[in-house]
Amino acid sequence: MKDFSQLFSRLETSESLEKVAALEKYFAGADERNKLWTIALLSNQRPRRVVTTATLQRWAREYAQLPVWLFEESHRVVGDIAETIALILPSPSEIRDFPLSYWIEIVLNLGEKEEAKQKEAIFNAWSEMSKEDRFLLNKLLTGGLRLGVSQKVLVNALARHTGLDDNLIAHRLMREWSPVEHTFQDLLLDGEGDASRSRPYPFFLASPLEIEPHLLGEIADWQVERLWDGIRAQLIVRQGELFVWSNSEELLTHKFPEFNTLLGTLPDGTVLDGEILAFRDSLPLPLQDLQTRIGRKNVTRKSMQEIPVIFIAFDLLESQGKDIRSRPLVERRELLEKIAPAGSVLHLSERVEAGSWAEVRENRDKAREYASKGLVIRRRSAPYRSGRKRGDWWEYKVAPLTIDAVLLYVQRGEGQEAGSFVEFTFAVWGDEGLVPIAKTEVDLTEPEKNELTAWAKNNTLERFGPVRSLKPEHVFEIAFESIAPSTRHKSGITLRNPRIVRWRREKKAEEADTLERLKAFLVFN
Amino acid sequence: MALLEFTPNGIYCPQADVYIDPWKPVKRALITHGHADHARWGSKYYLCTHQAKPVIQYRLGNGPRIESVSYGEARTINGVKISFHPAGHIVGSAQIRVEHQGEVWVVSGDYKTENDGISTPFEPVKCNVFITESTFGLPVFRWQPQREVMQEINDWWRENAAEGKVSIIMAYALGKAQRILRYLDTNIGKVFTHGSVESVNKVLQSQGLILPPAPKASVDNMRNAMEGSLVIAPPQALRSTWVRRFKDYSTGMASGWMAMRNTNRRGYDRGFVLSDHADWDGLNEAVLATGAEKVFVTHGYTSQFAQWLNEQGIWAAEIGTEFHGEQLEEEDGEVEE
Ligand SMILES: [Zn+2]
Ligand SMILES: [Zn+2]
Repeated sequence: MKDFSQLFSRLETSESLEKVAALEKYFAGADERNKLWTIALLSNQRPRRVVTTATLQRWAREYAQLPVWLFEESHRVVGDIAETIALILPSPSEIRDFPLSYWIEIVLNLGEKEEAKQKEAIFNAWSEMSKEDRFLLNKLLTGGLRLGVSQKVLVNALARHTGLDDNLIAHRLMREWSPVEHTFQDLLLDGEGDASRSRPYPFFLASPLEIEPHLLGEIADWQVERLWDGIRAQLIVRQGELFVWSNSEELLTHKFPEFNTLLGTLPDGTVLDGEILAFRDSLPLPLQDLQTRIGRKNVTRKSMQEIPVIFIAFDLLESQGKDIRSRPLVERRELLEKIAPAGSVLHLSERVEAGSWAEVRENRDKAREYASKGLVIRRRSAPYRSGRKRGDWWEYKVAPLTIDAVLLYVQRGEGQEAGSFVEFTFAVWGDEGLVPIAKTEVDLTEPEKNELTAWAKNNTLERFGPVRSLKPEHVFEIAFESIAPSTRHKSGITLRNPRIVRWRREKKAEEADTLERLKAFLVFN
Repeated sequence: MALLEFTPNGIYCPQADVYIDPWKPVKRALITHGHADHARWGSKYYLCTHQAKPVIQYRLGNGPRIESVSYGEARTINGVKISFHPAGHIVGSAQIRVEHQGEVWVVSGDYKTENDGISTPFEPVKCNVFITESTFGLPVFRWQPQREVMQEINDWWRENAAEGKVSIIMAYALGKAQRILRYLDTNIGKVFTHGSVESVNKVLQSQGLILPPAPKASVDNMRNAMEGSLVIAPPQALRSTWVRRFKDYSTGMASGWMAMRNTNRRGYDRGFVLSDHADWDGLNEAVLATGAEKVFVTHGYTSQFAQWLNEQGIWAAEIGTEFHGEQLEEEDGEVEE
């Protein structure tokens, strides 16, 4: 697995272009099975978890003959269980290099074995693997192997490897396939198979608008709609069957039985692009609710009633079985309005009427009243492209909310980062003193970091491992996307995507915001 | 009165009135090796090994009196027999043995058990009490043989050279830099050094260490000859303007900390697990080989290693915080040497 583990570490560290190059090089040297499994892992198709991390940890301690406490101390320093296990095992007397597919077969076969046999097989494997390979095997066993590669990078690399067109590859990767049942040939090189029936188009993604909108030119050239915080999806009706694909390439049809009613309404050969939203009493529910529903194993009548869903359609990609992506938005919209009559589960994305860019901005600022994230601005003459291409589709997001909070805890890194803080915890005033509300990265300038580090040395109240509690003194402005109620947090709330805006040196800790003010934001959620 | 005491100035032998690697200026200091946190400035008299002396002299200048002895040669001060024994850490590094009225204590200083081909190899010394470092005193630290790591470094260099890139490898100027230089495959390309590595090289070469030629990377010699070559530099250089003079380059870091992914690859392209300290197995072997009844643990994962030794039936204690005193703050941001 040496070639794969080299690929893995290259993908971890390099820039997109280097990632494409590393993948291309790997594909050139790998055989069909290994290519296929690598594509599967990169598309988040992992073998199912065979053992729990707790069991694997127990076996590792037994193999290395280490007490529990020492394993835990090691884990605290390393930070990752699969890696801790890979490191604490005694070095192998002889390293044997088997390909990725060999180890995956072993993992797949383990599922059917009884525990004692599983343990034996894993001990055998560990005894002849390098640390890097052990790490990957442990990740495979516990179902946690993730590679930091976007679909776009994978598509580019495969296009270069096969000499096929990017879009064609993207399209072919989107069908339902499995590395166990299919070959590399089936997946990428052969044309249409049965799987093509369910296949979605590569999604066109809007880019964040960082300039003032009036710089986009004439408002008449643009179509403005609301930007929803749901799950982007394509709804496909072909040959009397309905499919729902998310833009993370998951087939979600079975999660939304209510959409089946659309089979009677939508003509055959229709592909809608839109957003799935949890929706009740004419208002969207938080994304979290939708995720909860999807996360459940079975869709029950109860969950369908508790968390009803709708599909808001904003584009039409295929009509009467024909790919119409190259036609301008204005034509696609016209057809969409004809083809997709609004009903209880299918909504048509409303156009926001605005005669000027000033009105557009006003509308954006009111986004929270609609529980939306802002606006989408799309060029009326543009075709439906694929991927995140700048120029035709823009996300014009509402400005983040901000509060002033007190720095309460700092956490230090380990090893090489031992000298610096890696995480801050902020708090606001509750009825009985400060309540933690958010953790952020340490996004400060070097001089600010140094100043704070020096200050923290003399103003630490307590230490718990790598964490110190500090004298409540420094106030920071914290921005966040949105806020949601939470039963898991002492504060009763959770902030989405919190980050430091600036150090407010002019403020005293007493002047920081209150939990009450923060909860007032909940009204808009 | 114990033979050695842990004082705010460092490890002290009251009978002989000498300190070992003291942090503050004292009258007489025994020095294990030339790293800056062991050979500190300001004392009046220093004693070290012949091999450690040139570097220590280079660092401390001509002010203090520096005397040296051979490995194993004994000096007696007020009835205390003092001798230096190979620690395998860097050139001239020593464990210090003190004996008085039949009782023997050994201070390990920094050490590693693998023979690096440059330092006099580590030799276990029988003693009653052993004071050991534990920089890497957790079982996650288990080193590969040097030969394998050097092969990785050479492979990395070869790959960069094929792409026309300069390879910059970060390694401590005293010890690791020479270890790497000595085992580079110089068929791949030219080797250059950062100024601080070059000056240490000169000192060590003048005492007979044989190293491949590795001139200082100056603006002149780099302009043409750099493509495909390798530069050895201390870690600080990566964060300085020095590194900006290179156009297309890849950076590597050689350190024991590279064993873990969370410390590996922070600001450099490749990590190589290469340390001048003992790994977990090395520490355990070393402690057992001394046959010591009592072990004191300093530097690094002290409490964990001490607890582990106690569970193995060896009386052990970490040296308390009074002993570390002000050193803690200094070490806060510091990594392995
Ligand atoms: Zn040292
Ligand atoms: Zn040291």
